[in-house]
Amino acid sequence: MSQETALQLKGVTKYFGETAANDHVDLELKKGEILAVLGENGSGKTTLMNMISGIYFPDKGHIYVNGKEVSIGSPHDAFDLGIGMVHQHFKLINVMSALENIVLGMDPPEGGFSLQKARKSVMSLAHDYGFELDPNKKVYNMSVSEKQTVEIIKVLYRGADILILDEPTAVLTPQESDKLFNVLRSMKDHGHSIIIITHKLNEVLEISDRVTVLRKGKNAGTAATRDMTVDLLTEMMVGEKVDLDIWRTDPAEPRKRLKLKDLTVLNGEGLPALKDVSFEANSGEILGIAGISGSGQKELLETIAGLVSPESGAISFFSKDGDKEVDRKDVTLSFVPEDRLGMGLVASMNVPDNVMLRSYRDGKSRFVERKGPLETAKAIIKSLAVVIPDLSIRISSLSGGNVQKVLLGREISLSPDILLVAYPARGLDINSSFTIYNELNAQKQKGVCVICVIEDLDVLMQLTDRIVVLSGGKVSGIRDARTGTKEEIGLLMTSSEKKKAEGKDGK
Amino acid sequence: MENKSARKKLPAFHVVKRDGISLGKAMAVRGTAVLLSLIVCAVVIVFITKQNPISVYAGIIDGAVGSSRRTWVTIRETVILLLLAVALVPTYRMKFWNIGAEGQILMGGAASAAVMIYFGSRMPGAVVTILLILCGMMAGLVWGLIPAIFKAYHNTNETLFTLMMNYIAIQIVNCLIVLWENPKGSNTVGIINGATKSGWFPSIFGNAYALNVIIVFLVTVGITLYMKYDKHGYEIDVVGAGVRTARYAGINVKKVICRTMMLSGAICGLAGAVIVGGASHTISTSTAGGRGFTAIIVAWMSKFNPIAMLVISAFLSFMQQGAIQIASQFGLNENASDIITGILLFFLIGCEFFINYKLERTDSGDTEENAS
Amino acid sequence: MTMLITFITKAIGQGIAILFGATGEIITEKSGNLNLGIPGIMYMGGISGLMGAFFYEHSTDNPSPVAGMIISLICALLVSALGGLLYSFLTVSLRANQNVVGLAITTFGVGFGNFFGGSVSKIAGGVGQISVATSASAYQAKLPFLSDIPVVGKLLFGYGFLTYASLVISVLVWYVLFKTRRGLNLRAAGEDPAAADAAGINVTAYKYTATIAGCAIAGLGGLYYVMEYLGGTWSNDSFGDRGWLAVALVILALWNPLNAIWGSLAFGALYILYIYLPGLTRATQELVKVIPYVVTIVVLVFTSFRNRPEDQPPASLGLSYFREDR
Repeated sequence: MSQETALQLKGVTKYFGETAANDHVDLELKKGEILAVLGENGSGKTTLMNMISGIYFPDKGHIYVNGKEVSIGSPHDAFDLGIGMVHQHFKLINVMSALENIVLGMDPPEGGFSLQKARKSVMSLAHDYGFELDPNKKVYNMSVSEKQTVEIIKVLYRGADILILDEPTAVLTPQESDKLFNVLRSMKDHGHSIIIITHKLNEVLEISDRVTVLRKGKNAGTAATRDMTVDLLTEMMVGEKVDLDIWRTDPAEPRKRLKLKDLTVLNGEGLPALKDVSFEANSGEILGIAGISGSGQKELLETIAGLVSPESGAISFFSKDGDKEVDRKDVTLSFVPEDRLGMGLVASMNVPDNVMLRSYRDGKSRFVERKGPLETAKAIIKSLAVVIPDLSIRISSLSGGNVQKVLLGREISLSPDILLVAYPARGLDINSSFTIYNELNAQKQKGVCVICVIEDLDVLMQLTDRIVVLSGGKVSGIRDARTGTKEEIGLLMTSSEKKKAEGKDGK
Repeated sequence: MENKSARKKLPAFHVVKRDGISLGKAMAVRGTAVLLSLIVCAVVIVFITKQNPISVYAGIIDGAVGSSRRTWVTIRETVILLLLAVALVPTYRMKFWNIGAEGQILMGGAASAAVMIYFGSRMPGAVVTILLILCGMMAGLVWGLIPAIFKAYHNTNETLFTLMMNYIAIQIVNCLIVLWENPKGSNTVGIINGATKSGWFPSIFGNAYALNVIIVFLVTVGITLYMKYDKHGYEIDVVGAGVRTARYAGINVKKVICRTMMLSGAICGLAGAVIVGGASHTISTSTAGGRGFTAIIVAWMSKFNPIAMLVISAFLSFMQQGAIQIASQFGLNENASDIITGILLFFLIGCEFFINYKLERTDSGDTEENAS
Repeated sequence: MTMLITFITKAIGQGIAILFGATGEIITEKSGNLNLGIPGIMYMGGISGLMGAFFYEHSTDNPSPVAGMIISLICALLVSALGGLLYSFLTVSLRANQNVVGLAITTFGVGFGNFFGGSVSKIAGGVGQISVATSASAYQAKLPFLSDIPVVGKLLFGYGFLTYASLVISVLVWYVLFKTRRGLNLRAAGEDPAAADAAGINVTAYKYTATIAGCAIAGLGGLYYVMEYLGGTWSNDSFGDRGWLAVALVILALWNPLNAIWGSLAFGALYILYIYLPGLTRATQELVKVIPYVVTIVVLVFTSFRNRPEDQPPASLGLSYFREDR
């Protein structure tokens, strides 16, 4: 059982300012294995991997590749050592083709550089591993899974023996994830050593041979995957026993509050992002929106929030008791967007100035009133347990969880009738996530109509009352969250996607 | 593969972003930069003039503040530069990369000159002064609004648009110079209303430039308060942070872009009016004289802080007036001041790096125990 | 007919300086650096070539045109490349704002040109205008025989070697940018430096190289102007706004050096159109001179309407890159 070591880290440490993102981390990757690196958001997984792939340089520590100590000063050094990383946020040039992106930055091959020659070898490589690839397709025309394919081929084409994948399944459907895992297994059979970063426990159990857990920048232990269970992993990850069940109450006197009728919305490129979407949302319930990323969730919320005007169809609002239609301006609508710092908040401003973002216009004075927002900010910090050293610091220097608490807190402080939330707990640690879930439930109890886009099906099934499934911009089904199954929802998420693909081929 | 996996040599230092820096330290960095730049300037001047650098710097000081008149010229130049920097603050806080101040000054100046020429003898001087200020602001406003409309509605690149507007303004002024030239054939406008002084800014407390200072002071305070306390100022900052955030907050981004550029253009036009009505009393293509560009640098380096803008404006004007003096003293041409300004700017721009980042020794890790 | 030929040759004469500047700026901008210092760099290239030739011609009794040409060429390339080095150092290594650095270099470079152009002969102990007729003759030398062919000779062969060099360089830059591996890497660095970096491209090296090379090319535009166009003299500010026109031409050419060749000819023609339009007064002549700028604005607006991804400026144009920024 003494496998050779492909990659070893000893005492690797990295500081950002005063905080240690990684604190004396040891890690070992054996040849031909799949190692899962598991940890909560902010536990330092990505930073650690960025040091292996040459994006960051460690402040302290040693890195060994195939038993020899190395120093990796740039991604180019990493490639020379046979290390390749597929980043969570793809590093592709939008205006270039798949092929151009794959050969980018490589040393010239013998006999000189030629895109034609490269095309041949890239295509045969893609064929070997069972990838589908259109080498001439521009990245800006690609879907996320196509982009990921390009990233993986890019790494393989550079002859990487050690592959690092950062949260590769975050943007994939369950079916696409299965496909990816098959590819990873085949790469393992080809002799590659693979590190997969994730925070999804079932993926760890499904794909990895061993698992290393990071907690608060430190190595919290390594174990063979077959000895682990979901509960054990959680405990290692969080450092304490956690109850993973989300508290859900029954709907509080649901009444019709919002109705969408045949809503069609175009995206920035003029293509339909939503097609004939119809559903109702009630007060006193949490309506979940499911779908693979890019199925129109963003456009749906932005259209309801009034930021995008629909091409056709209607949105109607109803009074509190649900019996008469009212004007848009008679309901208070709050919206927690997906891009928190790029849309919901002003990254460079402090918390009070962010709190007044939605209400500064109130009042007749031409001058901004800062006293009220300051009090609101203090109240939010207190009620949602926001950790903040000083009210005057810019909000972008807070951690992701605290940023989300401020954003949600502000939207709730508007006393909404309808609350739209995109990915409420994305990127948050477990404790912050539960604070957010509890707050959403409290709003539901108060009779607010909550609409939530959530990517994690487990959370979706546990938190919401009803689920609208979007697929390719259409509603492919509406299910009761208490009686529906995960498999059923997963199938609905891809149902019309397949039809669309067939339709395309038919033309 | 074998050779490549050996340890590579790494640079001895690497760059780390600072979390923050105390004001004292930041000022020390900037002070060092100024000192270094003065030394480099001295070397350059000595190389050209073969004079003792101390006497050269004495000449600069003499040129800038050597007499009451020279001091006031330096003050006059300082406040114009400050006014322009203040004008640019709202647009740059909005991240609207406006490099069209030059053209807006020229259009403002041209409109002011037109008022002086056409109404100078028909109205009382004070009315002409007020009218020329208003017309100057109007012209600058229009010149700023045009690129703003295209930016707001079609996202047309504003840097290049405003740049082109500068040259259109220059050609318009060239055309006007031909129409207004005095004496005929000189290709210059000459001093307008030299005899009647109609429209010229009046002396206050016996000082010809006091009104300039008062106007600039009022505008500076006004814009500072506008940015800090007015709802418009808050909206400008939100738009600057990102158009998506602004839309989310319910801000009419198009309106804010146009409104802010109108304000900025109007102040640049005002600067043109102040130059024409309160300083040069003529119009030429060098009425703006690159100050529209220098003001961008002033505003940016000051991080939009009005006090810092005043200090940098004063410093640059001081050095420029001084350089003009030594140029004439040693028989060189006045462009020497641009070289000196350039050198100062390079150091001041470069030193900001050491305020935002620090260099740290790369820890090679060799001191720790070796791996087995 | 003769007037048309004169018009075309004059338009080419006006356009070449702009073409050098635009080609240099294209390769710079493709690496993600928006160098607004190009107008200053062109002044610096012009004056340093002139000064090199001037000091050479004054140091020997019997100056040779070829030696004067080589010396001035080296001086112009060296000084404008140094300008590019300064720009790169400030914006890439010290991460200063590109607009601010560019404008400062333009202030400096224009002052540098006008200062030395106006006083170099005085500094050297002489009086009067700086003039390097001997060296300039090498720049103005035309191809023998070929240039004597009627019409065609004047139209195609009636120029100094820098005119042809500008065309060759533009084609070469196009080839490097769009047909070679290094060009691919360079464009990647300008589009998305983080992605380029992750692909193993040394972004810093590419930005430095492209900017320095771009400045050297642009500097040749200044040299062309003083040597071939003016015949080896200097007159303050006469170079005018050609540097800014070069920046404008980059947009007009949609960041493609081949388009810049046609564009420079068009700009040159528009620049001197006022001389050939009948019935213009001195005042309306000045108004006709706005046409190049208006055309640029129209193109700018048109491309922003059309919004094709391939026609857009490099996505990271104007931004500095720091690998460890989070």
